[in-house]
Amino acid sequence: MRPTLRALSVWRRDLESWQRFAPSFFVAALGDPVFYLLGIGYGLGRFVADIDGVPYAVFLAPGIIAFTAMNSATFETTIGSFTRMVEQNTYAAILATPCSVADVVAGDVLWAATKGTIAVAVVLALVAAFGLLASPLAVLLLPLGFAVGLMFAAIGMVMTAKAPSYDFFNYYFTFVFSVMFLFCGVFFPIVTLPAWARVVAWCLPLTHAVNLARALAAGTLAPSLLGEVAWMAVVTAAAFWLAERLVRRRLLV
Amino acid sequence: MPAVVEAHDLTKRYGARLAVDRVRFAVESGECVGLLGPNGAGKTTTIKMVTGFSPPTSGTLTVLGRPMTPAHHAEIKARLGIVQQEESLDPDLSVERNLLVYARYFGIPADAAAERAERLVRFAELEEHRHERIKSLSGGMKRRLMLARALLNEPALLVLDEPTTGLDPQARRLVWERVRSLKRQGTTILLTTHYMEEAAQLCDRLIIMDGGRIVAEGAPTALIAHHVGAEVVEVYLDGRPDADAHAARLATGAWRSERVGGVLYLYVQSGAAEPSRDALDGLDFTRRRATLEDVFLTLTGHALRD
Repeated sequence: MRPTLRALSVWRRDLESWQRFAPSFFVAALGDPVFYLLGIGYGLGRFVADIDGVPYAVFLAPGIIAFTAMNSATFETTIGSFTRMVEQNTYAAILATPCSVADVVAGDVLWAATKGTIAVAVVLALVAAFGLLASPLAVLLLPLGFAVGLMFAAIGMVMTAKAPSYDFFNYYFTFVFSVMFLFCGVFFPIVTLPAWARVVAWCLPLTHAVNLARALAAGTLAPSLLGEVAWMAVVTAAAFWLAERLVRRRLLV
Repeated sequence: MPAVVEAHDLTKRYGARLAVDRVRFAVESGECVGLLGPNGAGKTTTIKMVTGFSPPTSGTLTVLGRPMTPAHHAEIKARLGIVQQEESLDPDLSVERNLLVYARYFGIPADAAAERAERLVRFAELEEHRHERIKSLSGGMKRRLMLARALLNEPALLVLDEPTTGLDPQARRLVWERVRSLKRQGTTILLTTHYMEEAAQLCDRLIIMDGGRIVAEGAPTALIAHHVGAEVVEVYLDGRPDADAHAARLATGAWRSERVGGVLYLYVQSGAAEPSRDALDGLDFTRRRATLEDVFLTLTGHALRD
Protein backbone atom coordinates (compact mmCIF):
# COMPACT_ATOMS: atom_id res chain seq x y z
CA MET A 1 0.00 0.00 0.00
CA ARG A 2 1.10 3.56 -0.66
CA PRO A 3 0.79 6.43 1.79
CA THR A 4 -1.68 9.26 1.15
CA LEU A 5 -1.77 12.87 2.35
CA ARG A 6 -3.41 11.54 5.52
CA ALA A 7 0.16 10.74 6.63
CA LEU A 8 0.47 14.46 7.37
CA SER A 9 -2.20 14.21 10.08
CA VAL A 10 -0.09 11.50 11.73
CA TRP A 11 2.96 13.76 11.38
CA ARG A 12 1.04 16.58 13.10
CA ARG A 13 -0.02 14.26 15.90
CA ASP A 14 3.62 13.41 16.54
CA LEU A 15 4.58 17.08 16.45
CA GLU A 16 1.90 18.05 18.98
CA SER A 17 2.76 15.19 21.32
CA TRP A 18 6.42 16.17 21.15
CA GLN A 19 5.93 19.84 22.06
CA ARG A 20 5.92 19.01 25.76
CA PHE A 21 9.31 17.34 25.40
CA ALA A 22 10.87 19.93 23.10
CA PRO A 23 13.03 21.67 25.77
CA SER A 24 14.78 18.45 26.79
CA PHE A 25 15.15 17.56 23.12
CA PHE A 26 17.08 20.74 22.38
CA VAL A 27 19.36 20.17 25.36
CA ALA A 28 20.17 16.66 24.13
CA ALA A 29 20.39 17.68 20.45
CA LEU A 30 22.93 20.35 21.27
CA GLY A 31 24.70 18.65 24.18
CA ASP A 32 25.96 15.45 22.58
CA PRO A 33 27.46 16.95 19.39
CA VAL A 34 29.08 19.79 21.37
CA PHE A 35 30.79 17.30 23.61
CA TYR A 36 31.98 15.25 20.62
CA LEU A 37 33.32 18.36 18.92
CA LEU A 38 35.04 19.69 22.01
CA GLY A 39 36.25 16.38 23.45
CA ILE A 40 37.27 14.66 20.25
CA GLY A 41 37.50 17.43 17.65
CA TYR A 42 39.61 19.78 19.73
CA GLY A 43 40.83 17.55 22.57
CA LEU A 44 41.95 14.52 20.60
CA GLY A 45 42.36 16.68 17.49
CA ARG A 46 45.48 18.31 18.93
CA PHE A 47 47.29 15.00 18.58
CA VAL A 48 45.97 14.31 15.09
CA ALA A 49 47.58 15.52 11.88
CA ASP A 50 45.50 17.38 9.30
CA ILE A 51 43.27 15.09 7.27
CA ASP A 52 42.88 15.83 3.54
CA GLY A 53 44.55 19.14 4.26
CA VAL A 54 42.09 20.33 6.91
CA PRO A 55 42.33 20.46 10.71
CA TYR A 56 40.73 17.53 12.51
CA ALA A 57 37.77 19.54 13.89
CA VAL A 58 36.89 20.67 10.34
CA PHE A 59 37.10 17.04 9.17
CA LEU A 60 34.96 15.84 12.06
CA ALA A 61 32.14 18.44 11.95
CA PRO A 62 30.20 17.14 8.88
CA GLY A 63 30.54 13.59 10.19
CA ILE A 64 28.94 14.66 13.44
CA ILE A 65 26.15 16.36 11.49
CA ALA A 66 25.37 13.18 9.53
CA PHE A 67 25.49 11.20 12.76
CA THR A 68 23.12 13.69 14.42
CA ALA A 69 20.47 13.08 11.75
CA MET A 70 20.90 9.32 12.07
CA ASN A 71 20.79 9.43 15.86
CA SER A 72 17.65 11.52 16.15
CA ALA A 73 15.68 9.71 13.45
CA THR A 74 16.72 6.26 14.67
CA PHE A 75 15.56 6.84 18.23
CA GLU A 76 12.26 8.26 17.01
CA THR A 77 11.23 5.25 14.92
CA THR A 78 12.66 2.61 17.26
CA ILE A 79 11.95 3.53 20.89
CA GLY A 80 9.39 6.20 19.92
CA SER A 81 7.41 4.22 17.35
CA PHE A 82 7.56 1.03 19.42
CA THR A 83 6.01 2.95 22.32
CA ARG A 84 3.25 4.21 20.05
CA MET A 85 2.64 0.86 18.39
CA VAL A 86 2.84 -1.46 21.41
CA GLU A 87 2.62 0.48 24.68
CA GLN A 88 0.13 3.21 23.81
CA ASN A 89 -1.89 1.44 21.06
CA THR A 90 -1.66 4.68 19.11
CA TYR A 91 -1.33 2.85 15.79
CA ALA A 92 -4.46 0.80 16.47
CA ALA A 93 -6.36 3.99 17.33
CA ILE A 94 -5.26 5.68 14.10
CA LEU A 95 -6.02 2.58 12.01
CA ALA A 96 -9.64 2.81 13.20
CA THR A 97 -9.86 5.90 10.96
CA PRO A 98 -9.37 6.17 7.17
CA CYS A 99 -5.58 6.23 7.74
CA SER A 100 -3.84 3.08 6.47
CA VAL A 101 -0.72 1.38 7.81
CA ALA A 102 1.19 3.12 5.01
CA ASP A 103 -0.09 6.50 6.25
CA VAL A 104 0.89 5.75 9.86
CA VAL A 105 4.35 4.48 8.92
CA ALA A 106 4.92 7.41 6.53
CA GLY A 107 3.72 9.89 9.16
CA ASP A 108 6.11 8.53 11.78
CA VAL A 109 9.02 8.36 9.31
CA LEU A 110 8.39 11.93 8.16
CA TRP A 111 8.23 13.08 11.74
CA ALA A 112 11.48 11.31 12.63
CA ALA A 113 13.18 12.97 9.65
CA THR A 114 11.76 16.33 10.71
CA LYS A 115 13.16 15.87 14.19
CA GLY A 116 16.49 14.85 12.68
CA THR A 117 16.48 18.03 10.59
CA ILE A 118 15.75 20.18 13.65
CA ALA A 119 18.68 18.58 15.45
CA VAL A 120 20.91 19.09 12.39
CA ALA A 121 19.91 22.77 12.23
CA VAL A 122 20.96 23.25 15.84
CA VAL A 123 24.31 21.54 15.31
CA LEU A 124 24.85 23.30 11.98
CA ALA A 125 24.44 26.70 13.64
CA LEU A 126 26.92 25.69 16.29
CA VAL A 127 29.49 24.31 13.84
CA ALA A 128 29.17 27.47 11.74
CA ALA A 129 29.78 29.56 14.86
CA PHE A 130 32.98 27.59 15.46
CA GLY A 131 34.02 28.46 11.89
CA LEU A 132 34.20 24.81 10.83
CA LEU A 133 32.33 25.17 7.52
CA ALA A 134 34.35 26.08 4.44
CA SER A 135 31.57 26.52 1.89
CA PRO A 136 28.15 28.24 1.67
CA LEU A 137 26.98 24.94 0.16
CA ALA A 138 26.94 23.76 3.79
CA VAL A 139 23.41 25.14 4.00
CA LEU A 140 22.46 22.08 1.92
CA LEU A 141 23.29 20.00 4.98
CA LEU A 142 19.73 20.79 6.10
CA PRO A 143 17.96 18.97 3.24
CA LEU A 144 20.65 16.30 3.46
CA GLY A 145 19.82 15.93 7.16
CA PHE A 146 16.19 15.39 6.19
CA ALA A 147 17.12 12.74 3.63
CA VAL A 148 19.46 10.99 6.06
CA GLY A 149 16.66 11.16 8.64
CA LEU A 150 14.19 9.53 6.23
CA MET A 151 16.60 6.71 5.48
CA PHE A 152 17.40 5.85 9.10
CA ALA A 153 13.79 6.37 10.19
CA ALA A 154 12.64 3.82 7.61
CA ILE A 155 15.36 1.38 8.71
CA GLY A 156 14.43 1.94 12.37
CA MET A 157 10.81 1.20 11.51
CA VAL A 158 11.82 -2.17 10.05
CA MET A 159 13.44 -2.99 13.41
CA THR A 160 10.35 -1.83 15.29
CA ALA A 161 8.06 -3.97 13.15
CA LYS A 162 10.03 -7.05 14.19
CA ALA A 163 10.78 -6.06 17.81
CA PRO A 164 9.07 -8.22 20.44
CA SER A 165 10.22 -5.84 23.21
CA TYR A 166 12.46 -2.83 23.84
CA ASP A 167 15.40 -5.18 24.56
CA PHE A 168 15.43 -6.20 20.90
CA PHE A 169 16.75 -2.74 19.96
CA ASN A 170 19.96 -3.43 21.92
CA TYR A 171 21.09 -5.72 19.09
CA TYR A 172 20.50 -3.03 16.50
CA PHE A 173 22.14 -0.31 18.58
CA THR A 174 25.20 -2.39 19.42
CA PHE A 175 25.86 -4.28 16.20
CA VAL A 176 24.64 -1.80 13.60
CA PHE A 177 24.24 1.66 15.06
CA SER A 178 27.49 1.75 17.07
CA VAL A 179 29.43 0.09 14.26
CA MET A 180 28.22 2.79 11.88
CA PHE A 181 29.06 5.53 14.37
CA LEU A 182 32.65 4.32 14.65
CA PHE A 183 33.51 2.85 11.23
CA CYS A 184 31.61 4.82 8.58
CA GLY A 185 33.97 7.75 8.30
CA VAL A 186 32.69 10.05 11.04
CA PHE A 187 36.02 9.99 12.92
CA PHE A 188 38.53 8.91 10.28
CA PRO A 189 38.54 8.42 6.48
CA ILE A 190 37.49 4.90 5.59
CA VAL A 191 40.29 4.66 3.01
CA THR A 192 42.52 3.86 5.99
CA LEU A 193 40.53 0.67 6.63
CA PRO A 194 41.63 -2.72 5.24
CA ALA A 195 39.97 -3.62 1.92
CA TRP A 196 37.40 -6.05 3.40
CA ALA A 197 36.34 -3.47 6.01
CA ARG A 198 35.91 -0.86 3.29
CA VAL A 199 33.46 -3.22 1.58
CA VAL A 200 31.54 -3.57 4.85
CA ALA A 201 31.56 0.20 5.31
CA TRP A 202 30.22 0.70 1.77
CA CYS A 203 27.26 -1.50 2.68
CA LEU A 204 26.42 0.63 5.70
CA PRO A 205 24.13 3.62 5.08
CA LEU A 206 25.95 6.12 7.28
CA THR A 207 29.07 5.94 5.05
CA HIS A 208 27.16 7.52 2.16
CA ALA A 209 25.55 10.14 4.41
CA VAL A 210 28.98 11.13 5.74
CA ASN A 211 30.50 11.31 2.25
CA LEU A 212 27.77 13.69 1.12
CA ALA A 213 27.92 15.78 4.30
CA ARG A 214 31.68 16.19 3.99
CA ALA A 215 31.47 17.22 0.35
CA LEU A 216 28.78 19.83 1.09
CA ALA A 217 30.67 21.25 4.08
CA ALA A 218 33.85 21.58 2.02
CA GLY A 219 32.07 22.68 -1.15
CA THR A 220 33.80 19.98 -3.17
CA LEU A 221 31.05 18.64 -5.41
CA ALA A 222 31.83 15.77 -7.77
CA PRO A 223 29.71 13.61 -10.09
CA SER A 224 30.45 10.60 -7.89
CA LEU A 225 28.19 12.14 -5.25
CA LEU A 226 25.19 11.32 -7.44
CA GLY A 227 26.02 7.68 -6.77
CA GLU A 228 25.79 8.35 -3.03
CA VAL A 229 22.41 10.03 -3.49
CA ALA A 230 21.16 7.10 -5.56
CA TRP A 231 22.43 4.62 -2.95
CA MET A 232 20.50 6.43 -0.22
CA ALA A 233 17.35 6.76 -2.31
CA VAL A 234 17.25 3.04 -3.11
CA VAL A 235 17.87 1.99 0.50
CA THR A 236 15.27 4.45 1.82
CA ALA A 237 12.60 3.25 -0.61
CA ALA A 238 13.40 -0.41 0.09
CA ALA A 239 13.35 0.08 3.88
CA PHE A 240 10.05 1.95 3.72
CA TRP A 241 8.49 -0.73 1.53
CA LEU A 242 9.63 -3.44 3.94
CA ALA A 243 8.60 -1.52 7.07
CA GLU A 244 5.07 -0.91 5.78
CA ARG A 245 4.71 -4.56 4.88
CA LEU A 246 6.01 -5.82 8.23
CA VAL A 247 3.95 -3.41 10.34
CA ARG A 248 0.85 -4.36 8.33
CA ARG A 249 1.52 -8.04 8.94
CA ARG A 250 2.01 -7.37 12.62
CA LEU A 251 -1.07 -5.23 13.23
CA LEU A 252 -3.65 -6.57 10.79
CA VAL A 253 -3.68 -10.26 11.70
CA MET B 1 -32.70 -0.77 3.25
CA PRO B 2 -29.64 -3.04 2.92
CA ALA B 3 -28.10 -4.37 6.15
CA VAL B 4 -25.32 -2.32 7.77
CA VAL B 5 -23.23 -5.45 8.30
CA GLU B 6 -23.67 -8.70 6.41
CA ALA B 7 -21.46 -11.70 7.10
CA HIS B 8 -21.73 -14.98 5.19
CA ASP B 9 -19.74 -18.01 6.30
CA LEU B 10 -17.16 -15.68 7.78
CA THR B 11 -14.15 -17.72 8.92
CA LYS B 12 -10.85 -16.92 10.59
CA ARG B 13 -8.16 -19.51 11.03
CA TYR B 14 -4.90 -18.97 12.93
CA GLY B 15 -2.70 -21.88 11.96
CA ALA B 16 -4.51 -24.97 13.22
CA ARG B 17 -6.90 -22.97 15.41
CA LEU B 18 -10.29 -22.06 14.04
CA ALA B 19 -11.11 -18.77 15.84
CA VAL B 20 -14.30 -18.03 13.91
CA ASP B 21 -16.11 -20.82 12.10
CA ARG B 22 -18.49 -19.95 9.23
CA VAL B 23 -20.58 -17.38 11.06
CA ARG B 24 -23.56 -15.77 9.33
CA PHE B 25 -25.24 -12.70 10.69
CA ALA B 26 -26.55 -9.27 9.77
CA VAL B 27 -26.89 -5.97 11.58
CA GLU B 28 -29.82 -3.83 10.45
CA SER B 29 -29.88 -0.06 10.50
CA GLY B 30 -30.87 1.39 13.89
CA GLU B 31 -30.50 -1.76 15.97
CA CYS B 32 -28.08 -2.58 18.75
CA VAL B 33 -26.69 -6.06 18.30
CA GLY B 34 -24.52 -7.79 20.88
CA LEU B 35 -22.07 -10.61 20.41
CA LEU B 36 -22.24 -12.48 23.71
CA GLY B 37 -19.90 -15.24 24.73
CA PRO B 38 -17.03 -16.19 27.01
CA ASN B 39 -13.41 -15.17 26.37
CA GLY B 40 -12.13 -17.09 23.36
CA ALA B 41 -15.58 -17.46 21.79
CA GLY B 42 -14.47 -15.56 18.68
CA LYS B 43 -16.29 -12.28 19.43
CA THR B 44 -13.27 -10.00 19.21
CA THR B 45 -11.94 -11.79 16.13
CA THR B 46 -15.33 -11.29 14.47
CA ILE B 47 -15.30 -7.59 15.41
CA LYS B 48 -11.74 -7.26 14.08
CA MET B 49 -12.84 -8.64 10.74
CA VAL B 50 -15.87 -6.33 10.63
CA THR B 51 -13.65 -3.30 11.33
CA GLY B 52 -10.90 -4.25 8.86
CA PHE B 53 -8.29 -5.15 11.47
CA SER B 54 -8.21 -8.81 10.50
CA PRO B 55 -8.49 -10.16 6.95
CA PRO B 56 -10.97 -13.07 6.90
CA THR B 57 -9.64 -16.50 5.93
CA SER B 58 -12.81 -17.15 3.94
CA GLY B 59 -16.41 -16.05 3.58
CA THR B 60 -17.84 -12.71 2.56
CA LEU B 61 -18.29 -9.58 4.61
CA THR B 62 -20.12 -6.42 3.61
CA VAL B 63 -20.01 -3.32 5.80
CA LEU B 64 -22.06 -0.21 5.01
CA GLY B 65 -22.80 -1.60 1.58
CA ARG B 66 -19.20 -2.27 0.58
CA PRO B 67 -17.02 -5.37 0.71
CA MET B 68 -14.58 -5.08 3.62
CA THR B 69 -11.39 -5.34 1.56
CA PRO B 70 -8.23 -3.19 1.77
CA ALA B 71 -9.35 -1.23 -1.30
CA HIS B 72 -12.49 -0.11 0.58
CA HIS B 73 -10.98 0.32 4.08
CA ALA B 74 -10.62 4.11 3.97
CA GLU B 75 -14.08 4.60 2.52
CA ILE B 76 -15.76 2.31 5.09
CA LYS B 77 -13.76 3.53 8.08
CA ALA B 78 -14.68 7.12 7.31
CA ARG B 79 -18.19 6.07 8.40
CA LEU B 80 -17.28 3.69 11.25
CA GLY B 81 -16.81 4.52 14.93
CA ILE B 82 -14.62 1.99 16.72
CA VAL B 83 -13.95 1.64 20.45
CA GLN B 84 -11.29 -1.00 20.90
CA GLN B 85 -10.82 -3.09 24.01
CA GLU B 86 -7.40 -1.64 24.88
CA GLU B 87 -7.11 1.97 25.92
CA SER B 88 -5.48 3.92 23.10
CA LEU B 89 -5.72 7.60 24.03
CA ASP B 90 -2.74 9.88 23.44
CA PRO B 91 -1.11 10.20 26.88
CA ASP B 92 0.83 13.37 26.04
CA LEU B 93 -2.25 15.31 24.91
CA SER B 94 -5.13 16.80 26.87
CA VAL B 95 -8.70 15.47 26.69
CA GLU B 96 -9.62 18.16 24.19
CA ARG B 97 -6.46 17.77 22.06
CA ASN B 98 -7.10 14.02 21.90
CA LEU B 99 -10.37 14.75 20.13
CA LEU B 100 -9.01 17.49 17.88
CA VAL B 101 -6.00 15.45 16.77
CA TYR B 102 -8.21 12.43 16.10
CA ALA B 103 -10.63 14.51 14.02
CA ARG B 104 -7.78 15.29 11.61
CA TYR B 105 -7.37 11.60 10.74
CA PHE B 106 -10.89 11.81 9.28
CA GLY B 107 -10.07 15.01 7.47
CA ILE B 108 -12.69 16.92 9.47
CA PRO B 109 -12.06 20.69 8.99
CA ALA B 110 -10.75 22.51 12.07
CA ASP B 111 -13.87 24.58 12.82
CA ALA B 112 -16.21 21.59 12.52
CA ALA B 113 -13.79 19.53 14.64
CA ALA B 114 -13.76 22.20 17.37
CA GLU B 115 -17.56 22.31 17.43
CA ARG B 116 -17.86 18.50 17.58
CA ALA B 117 -15.13 18.17 20.21
CA GLU B 118 -16.96 20.69 22.37
CA ARG B 119 -20.22 18.75 22.05
CA LEU B 120 -18.51 15.41 22.70
CA VAL B 121 -16.62 16.63 25.77
CA ARG B 122 -20.06 17.41 27.17
CA PHE B 123 -21.44 14.07 25.96
CA ALA B 124 -18.62 12.27 27.79
CA GLU B 125 -19.26 14.42 30.87
CA LEU B 126 -15.65 15.58 30.89
CA GLU B 127 -16.20 19.36 30.78
CA GLU B 128 -14.18 19.87 33.94
CA HIS B 129 -11.34 17.71 32.67
CA ARG B 130 -10.96 19.06 29.13
CA HIS B 131 -7.49 20.50 29.73
CA GLU B 132 -6.20 17.58 31.78
CA ARG B 133 -3.87 14.97 30.43
CA ILE B 134 -5.08 11.38 30.09
CA LYS B 135 -2.97 10.12 32.97
CA SER B 136 -5.12 11.97 35.51
CA LEU B 137 -8.42 10.44 34.28
CA SER B 138 -10.14 7.47 35.91
CA GLY B 139 -10.81 4.26 33.97
CA GLY B 140 -14.43 5.23 33.42
CA MET B 141 -13.53 8.69 32.14
CA LYS B 142 -11.01 7.21 29.71
CA ARG B 143 -13.63 4.81 28.38
CA ARG B 144 -16.14 7.63 27.90
CA LEU B 145 -13.50 9.67 26.09
CA MET B 146 -12.76 6.67 23.83
CA LEU B 147 -16.49 6.52 23.09
CA ALA B 148 -16.62 10.27 22.40
CA ARG B 149 -13.59 9.97 20.11
CA ALA B 150 -15.34 7.23 18.10
CA LEU B 151 -18.27 9.60 17.47
CA LEU B 152 -16.21 12.45 15.96
CA ASN B 153 -16.96 11.34 12.40
CA GLU B 154 -20.68 10.88 13.18
CA PRO B 155 -20.47 7.19 12.29
CA ALA B 156 -23.18 5.19 10.55
CA LEU B 157 -22.08 2.17 12.61
CA LEU B 158 -20.59 2.21 16.08
CA VAL B 159 -18.55 -0.84 17.08
CA LEU B 160 -17.75 -1.39 20.76
CA ASP B 161 -15.44 -4.20 21.80
CA GLU B 162 -16.06 -5.05 25.47
CA PRO B 163 -17.06 -1.47 26.29
CA THR B 164 -17.07 -1.86 30.09
CA THR B 165 -14.55 -4.61 30.81
CA GLY B 166 -12.38 -3.66 33.75
CA LEU B 167 -14.68 -0.88 34.99
CA ASP B 168 -16.29 -0.76 38.42
CA PRO B 169 -20.12 -1.04 38.55
CA GLN B 170 -20.64 2.70 38.91
CA ALA B 171 -18.41 3.56 35.94
CA ARG B 172 -20.02 0.76 33.94
CA ARG B 173 -23.50 2.20 34.49
CA LEU B 174 -22.32 5.62 33.29
CA VAL B 175 -21.01 4.06 30.05
CA TRP B 176 -24.29 2.14 29.58
CA GLU B 177 -26.19 5.34 30.07
CA ARG B 178 -24.14 7.02 27.30
CA VAL B 179 -24.66 4.05 24.96
CA ARG B 180 -28.42 4.13 25.65
CA SER B 181 -28.56 7.81 24.75
CA LEU B 182 -26.90 6.93 21.42
CA LYS B 183 -29.48 4.18 20.88
CA ARG B 184 -32.26 6.67 21.44
CA GLN B 185 -30.77 8.80 18.66
CA GLY B 186 -30.99 5.78 16.38
CA THR B 187 -27.27 4.94 16.17
CA THR B 188 -26.60 1.47 14.80
CA ILE B 189 -24.41 -0.38 17.30
CA LEU B 190 -22.52 -3.67 17.23
CA LEU B 191 -20.89 -4.59 20.53
CA THR B 192 -19.23 -7.55 22.19
CA THR B 193 -19.55 -8.44 25.82
CA HIS B 194 -19.18 -11.30 28.22
CA TYR B 195 -21.44 -9.63 30.79
CA MET B 196 -24.97 -10.98 30.47
CA GLU B 197 -26.32 -7.96 32.33
CA GLU B 198 -24.73 -5.64 29.76
CA ALA B 199 -26.16 -7.74 26.94
CA ALA B 200 -29.64 -7.73 28.49
CA GLN B 201 -29.53 -4.00 29.26
CA LEU B 202 -28.26 -2.64 25.97
CA CYS B 203 -28.99 -5.00 23.12
CA ASP B 204 -32.09 -5.35 20.98
CA ARG B 205 -30.72 -8.58 19.61
CA LEU B 206 -28.04 -10.98 20.72
CA ILE B 207 -25.79 -13.34 18.85
CA ILE B 208 -24.51 -15.92 21.29
CA MET B 209 -21.10 -17.33 20.35
CA ASP B 210 -19.12 -20.23 21.71
CA GLY B 211 -16.01 -21.89 20.31
CA GLY B 212 -16.01 -19.70 17.19
CA ARG B 213 -19.60 -20.53 16.22
CA ILE B 214 -22.98 -18.88 16.64
CA VAL B 215 -25.09 -21.04 18.94
CA ALA B 216 -28.23 -18.89 19.16
CA GLU B 217 -29.63 -15.57 18.03
CA GLY B 218 -32.58 -13.44 19.09
CA ALA B 219 -33.91 -10.76 21.42
CA PRO B 220 -32.72 -11.26 25.03
CA THR B 221 -36.20 -11.97 26.44
CA ALA B 222 -37.12 -14.23 23.53
CA LEU B 223 -33.90 -16.22 23.95
CA ILE B 224 -34.62 -16.73 27.64
CA ALA B 225 -38.26 -17.69 27.06
CA HIS B 226 -37.43 -20.05 24.19
CA HIS B 227 -34.37 -21.82 25.56
CA VAL B 228 -34.94 -21.73 29.31
CA GLY B 229 -38.36 -20.61 30.44
CA ALA B 230 -39.48 -18.16 33.09
CA GLU B 231 -37.98 -19.44 36.30
CA VAL B 232 -35.06 -21.46 37.50
CA VAL B 233 -34.82 -23.51 40.65
CA GLU B 234 -31.23 -24.21 41.67
CA VAL B 235 -30.90 -27.22 43.94
CA TYR B 236 -27.56 -27.64 45.70
CA LEU B 237 -26.75 -31.35 45.91
CA ASP B 238 -23.03 -31.07 46.46
CA GLY B 239 -21.74 -33.52 49.06
CA ARG B 240 -25.09 -35.25 49.67
CA PRO B 241 -24.93 -39.07 49.62
CA ASP B 242 -28.47 -39.14 48.19
CA ALA B 243 -27.65 -36.63 45.43
CA ASP B 244 -28.25 -39.06 42.55
CA ALA B 245 -31.60 -40.17 43.95
CA HIS B 246 -32.80 -36.60 44.30
CA ALA B 247 -31.56 -35.70 40.87
CA ALA B 248 -33.39 -38.65 39.33
CA ARG B 249 -36.58 -37.89 41.26
CA LEU B 250 -36.57 -34.17 40.38
CA ALA B 251 -35.79 -34.87 36.71
CA THR B 252 -39.35 -36.07 36.20
CA GLY B 253 -41.82 -33.21 36.01
CA ALA B 254 -43.18 -30.49 33.76
CA TRP B 255 -39.77 -28.81 33.79
CA ARG B 256 -36.46 -29.53 32.17
CA SER B 257 -33.53 -30.39 34.44
CA GLU B 258 -29.81 -30.13 34.00
CA ARG B 259 -27.09 -31.14 36.42
CA VAL B 260 -23.82 -29.19 36.34
CA GLY B 261 -21.38 -30.37 39.00
CA GLY B 262 -23.11 -30.25 42.38
CA VAL B 263 -25.98 -28.07 41.19
CA LEU B 264 -29.25 -29.29 39.70
CA TYR B 265 -31.04 -26.65 37.57
CA LEU B 266 -34.78 -26.99 37.05
CA TYR B 267 -36.04 -24.79 34.20
CA VAL B 268 -39.71 -23.94 34.51
CA GLN B 269 -41.66 -22.64 31.50
CA SER B 270 -43.95 -19.68 31.96
CA GLY B 271 -47.35 -20.88 33.27
CA ALA B 272 -46.19 -24.49 33.70
CA ALA B 273 -46.26 -26.42 36.95
CA GLU B 274 -43.35 -25.79 39.32
CA PRO B 275 -41.64 -28.29 41.62
CA SER B 276 -43.77 -28.41 44.76
CA ARG B 277 -42.62 -27.43 48.23
CA ASP B 278 -42.88 -31.09 49.21
CA ALA B 279 -40.65 -32.22 46.35
CA LEU B 280 -37.93 -29.84 47.51
CA ASP B 281 -38.43 -30.48 51.22
CA GLY B 282 -35.17 -30.86 53.09
CA LEU B 283 -33.07 -29.64 50.14
CA ASP B 284 -31.00 -26.50 49.90
CA PHE B 285 -32.37 -24.49 46.93
CA THR B 286 -33.11 -21.04 45.48
CA ARG B 287 -35.76 -19.89 43.06
CA ARG B 288 -35.05 -17.05 40.63
CA ARG B 289 -35.91 -15.56 37.25
CA ALA B 290 -34.22 -17.16 34.26
CA THR B 291 -31.31 -15.17 32.76
CA LEU B 292 -29.06 -15.21 29.71
CA GLU B 293 -26.56 -17.12 31.81
CA ASP B 294 -29.08 -20.01 31.85
CA VAL B 295 -29.48 -19.73 28.09
CA PHE B 296 -25.75 -20.03 27.69
CA LEU B 297 -25.49 -22.95 30.08
CA THR B 298 -28.38 -24.72 28.37
CA LEU B 299 -26.91 -24.24 24.91
CA THR B 300 -23.28 -25.02 25.62
CA GLY B 301 -23.20 -27.01 28.84
CA HIS B 302 -20.72 -24.60 30.42
CA ALA B 303 -20.88 -21.22 32.15
CA LEU B 304 -20.42 -17.83 30.47
CA ARG B 305 -17.67 -16.95 32.88
CA ASP B 306 -15.37 -19.62 34.26
